[in-house]
Amino acid sequence: MQRKSKIVLTQVEIVLALLLAWELGVRAGLIDSFFFPAPSALIARIKEWISTPDFWTDVGITLLETVLSFAVGIGIGTALGIWLGLSPFAADVVQPFIKMFNAIPRILLGPIFVIWFGLGLTSKVALGVTLVLFVAFFNTFQGVREVNPIVLANARLLRASKSALLRHVYLPSATTWILSSLRVSVGMAVMGAVVAEYLGSSAGLGHLIAQAEGVLDATGVFAGIVVLSVFVVALDAMVDRVERRLLVWRPSPAHES
Amino acid sequence: MEGHATAVDLRDVMIRFGEFTAIKSMDLTVGETEFVAVVGPTGCGKSTILNTVTGLLKPAAGDVRIFGKPLAGLNDQSGYMLQQEGLLPWKTAQDNVGLGLVFQGRSVEEARERARPWLAKVGLRGFEERYPHQLSGGQRKRVAMAQTLIMEPRIVLMDEPFSALDVHTRRLMHRILLDLWQADRRSLIFITHDLDEAITLADRVVVMSAGPASRMVGDVRITLPRPRDVSALQTTDEFVALYREIWSLLGAEVEKSYATQK
Repeated sequence: MQRKSKIVLTQVEIVLALLLAWELGVRAGLIDSFFFPAPSALIARIKEWISTPDFWTDVGITLLETVLSFAVGIGIGTALGIWLGLSPFAADVVQPFIKMFNAIPRILLGPIFVIWFGLGLTSKVALGVTLVLFVAFFNTFQGVREVNPIVLANARLLRASKSALLRHVYLPSATTWILSSLRVSVGMAVMGAVVAEYLGSSAGLGHLIAQAEGVLDATGVFAGIVVLSVFVVALDAMVDRVERRLLVWRPSPAHES
Repeated sequence: MEGHATAVDLRDVMIRFGEFTAIKSMDLTVGETEFVAVVGPTGCGKSTILNTVTGLLKPAAGDVRIFGKPLAGLNDQSGYMLQQEGLLPWKTAQDNVGLGLVFQGRSVEEARERARPWLAKVGLRGFEERYPHQLSGGQRKRVAMAQTLIMEPRIVLMDEPFSALDVHTRRLMHRILLDLWQADRRSLIFITHDLDEAITLADRVVVMSAGPASRMVGDVRITLPRPRDVSALQTTDEFVALYREIWSLLGAEVEKSYATQK
């Protein structure tokens, strides 16, 4: 416990020192505030945003896009992972296609999705899904493939039907893999939403940043980045709780102090 | 003493894997309430026998009869306890014990209800909510044993179930197993490479020759009275005499098995 508080204290010290140096640098004229606006200016901007309802609409839209791409991506990825994990023939057939799709830099799909689905929600969710899907797919696939063969043999000897095996053996096994990738997936979902907004939209945090950038407003861009970081950290904390709830059966890591 | 009906009847069974002959010819009958231990050197195909009785392996020649009927497909009378326990790490002890019942379509509540007394029978009262990683090796074995026995199979198959345990834990397992079997006798085939264990537990000890093309080289009746005291048994004259008798068959096979491994 003492070690933990010491770590947190050091972290806070580092952040404060950096911010202070930055602030003082700007005030002393050593750092050009056009490129690196002072922390106080960022805070003032964020405060200003928070007091407007438009900002909260932007946050809400980005959140909705994130959640939708996350849910749809995990759903499709998991289903695909289970199917291919259980069917070696299908896996061998489909594998090169999946690798090919995964090799496409997803950001480039953004403009295409805008053409296909318009500037609204759908194009953002589509981009997020293509990002989340593969993370979920690869992890589920691995999880299904790497089910302990003894556990599997034992379940079969206890006369587990195919659906029972899926429910009691394959899915829980894959869940540990999916959960461990959840953090990456959440990050991907946010990235998909924000990048798609940035590329073309009329609302959302990505739109906010794009607008600030359009008028060379570095303060707006930085403030947007800060807001996004807080957004992701908050989602991350939620994932953490879900993970801990679902993985109670797992031995706790040995180095916990 | 033993039941009149024959639970397992292998006649002239030959097991091959492609060109490799694991078992050349095997005759084995196990009574309805009989405890038979099969011993043999490593690689003599002991586990193969259990897989044949379960129906996982089809013999290349010979007959497998279960309660008088030829075995077709999987044997639905048998329960199989593997050498390494395959407990589901994400289920508690009681849910693991009740797993087979859930697979049968019973509700989770009913499975738990029935699993709890079984945990108590194997001495794990109070461990219902533990996950496998929170149990010791011996405790996991006991969960696995309850998991197999709760299904009340008429034929119990055990493949070196206690080989990974230390001597003291193994003794404890022997006592638990014998108590359970004594209380509700079933046909039981127990594979082991440990002759002490075989004599301590079984009504009959069957000795296999060194593989490949293994066959039965001995079938010795263990006349030690029941119920047996697991801890005091090994020092009795009767036990030692039986040990010598069986070792005279087994020892030579073990030598042969070493020779082929070199």
